[in-house]
Amino acid sequence: MSKEKLVQLDNISFQYALETGFALRNVSFDIYEGEWLALVGHNGSGKSTLAKLLNGLHFPQEGSIKVNGMLLTEESVWEIRKKIGMVFQNPDNQFVGTTVKDDVAFGLENNGIVREEMLERVKYSLEKVKMAQFLDQEPHHLSGGQKQRVAIAGVIALRPSIIILDEATSMLDPRGREEVLETVRELKENHHMTVISITHDLEEAVKADRIIVMNKGELYREGSPKEIFQLDEELVQLSLDIPFPVKLSKLLKEQGVSLSRHFLSEEELVAELWTSHYKK
Amino acid sequence: MDISLQKVEYRYQAKTPFERLAIKDVSINIPSGTFLAIIGHTGSGKSTVLQHLNALLKPTAGKVVIGDKEVTADKKQKNLKEVRQKVGIVFQFPEHQLFEETVEKDICFGPMNFGVTMEEAQRRAKVAIKQVGLSEEILSKSPFDLSGGQMRRVAIAGVLAMEPDVIVLDEPTAGLDPRGRKEIMDMFHALHIERKLSTVLVTHSMEDASKYADHIVIMQNGEVYKKGTPEEIFTSPEDLMQLGLDVPEVVRFQQKIEETFHIKFSQTCLTVEMLTKEIASLLKGGGQK
Repeated sequence: MSKEKLVQLDNISFQYALETGFALRNVSFDIYEGEWLALVGHNGSGKSTLAKLLNGLHFPQEGSIKVNGMLLTEESVWEIRKKIGMVFQNPDNQFVGTTVKDDVAFGLENNGIVREEMLERVKYSLEKVKMAQFLDQEPHHLSGGQKQRVAIAGVIALRPSIIILDEATSMLDPRGREEVLETVRELKENHHMTVISITHDLEEAVKADRIIVMNKGELYREGSPKEIFQLDEELVQLSLDIPFPVKLSKLLKEQGVSLSRHFLSEEELVAELWTSHYKK
Repeated sequence: MDISLQKVEYRYQAKTPFERLAIKDVSINIPSGTFLAIIGHTGSGKSTVLQHLNALLKPTAGKVVIGDKEVTADKKQKNLKEVRQKVGIVFQFPEHQLFEETVEKDICFGPMNFGVTMEEAQRRAKVAIKQVGLSEEILSKSPFDLSGGQMRRVAIAGVLAMEPDVIVLDEPTAGLDPRGRKEIMDMFHALHIERKLSTVLVTHSMEDASKYADHIVIMQNGEVYKKGTPEEIFTSPEDLMQLGLDVPEVVRFQQKIEETFHIKFSQTCLTVEMLTKEIASLLKGGGQK
């Protein structure tokens, strides 16, 4: 992973209205090119507000945001939005086309992409999310999960350098979720995209390169999945949860099973149980 | 109140070029007091089944019996009001349906629509708001000044205030953080017992289904693929995985252990505590430590 700083947040504070408290307070961190960053935290911890600031939907009252070295302002916002694609939780709120392919084409037309390339990108993006056979379907005939995959196609068709998933998989079933995450992973690898994923899904967070934990509008902790899930019960205090393999490792230790550490992946835990107990 | 679906079929936009078969030959029994979970992929027909439970949809073939009401394709059904009151549906993201100036008015809207007096509706609102774990002071607030989790609870209180016998939940925990998820599900479980409700939970979460439900129905391509108790359903996790459905983490882990150690546990563990014990005793039995 390269350590090029793609986004720099410097001492951000933000409140929606004067009478309400700060949604974000003194938040500083960098986002590196090509990384998968998971933003976790309780409902109302400021994760989604952060996403909205990154995309210039709101501007912080204090502090600054730089994307590719460019300061995010009312003037630069249009330039910066081209670099950042956002996928929201509820696909119904972001559908504009009358058919699946029109919906994906909408963003491309807005950005003046030539027709030949547009057709190609629409096809490619829809294939990526496994929705190619729905090209001419109307959105209201699709299920929630299918709609979300089309919404993601709409974003990836624009080939942004950063994709923000704001709980984008939370309404999908397991297979749909895995397909979407796999798609994004592939885009990250092959197109060197940076992924910021706001999520409650711990299995997903475990696979991120880095995790930022938000709590009550402040940055609570930053680190690798291994570091973050060492926090253990502290995570429960923060309304989060402990990944299943860690939970099981703990309980097994309590039952007198000796383990070298708490495992983040099921495979590693099974392997350790197998080798330490059945091989001499 | 008992509900049963008997060989139900439903076609969207029947007899038009856009006709699409959503469910077929679906038979599900929901005796009073059942906690039933319906599981399946997006597009498997779960939501279509759900809308038959209080006659929002009328089957295009087969029969739905809700209490003493029969809903069939050819019969013109009058007086479905009672059914709608007895079977309360909490839709996905119910907080999007809040609209009144105050929480109290919002909760009272449903019952008053069914002819309950204002005094009675207000009394019910007080009961319901406590049942969803909020305090009475919140009744005078605007629902739009509340947090997302609180808004969802208010919306649920609105359904409870109708005093339904059956409560149908469509992905009630979507978008909540892990604590919120657990709190909401624990709340529904407590209500299920206290109010002696029938509860139907439509969910993707196998964890919730195995933890709370006493019966599980798996939908696949518009048909009932499998039904049974959680133990029965998760005894053969391979079937579910083949469909691309999740199995609870506990079940999945047990399966991995069984494969690696070439053994078979005597039971399907549905809690992490049970599984821990099984593994610990397996390792002690294998005792080479």
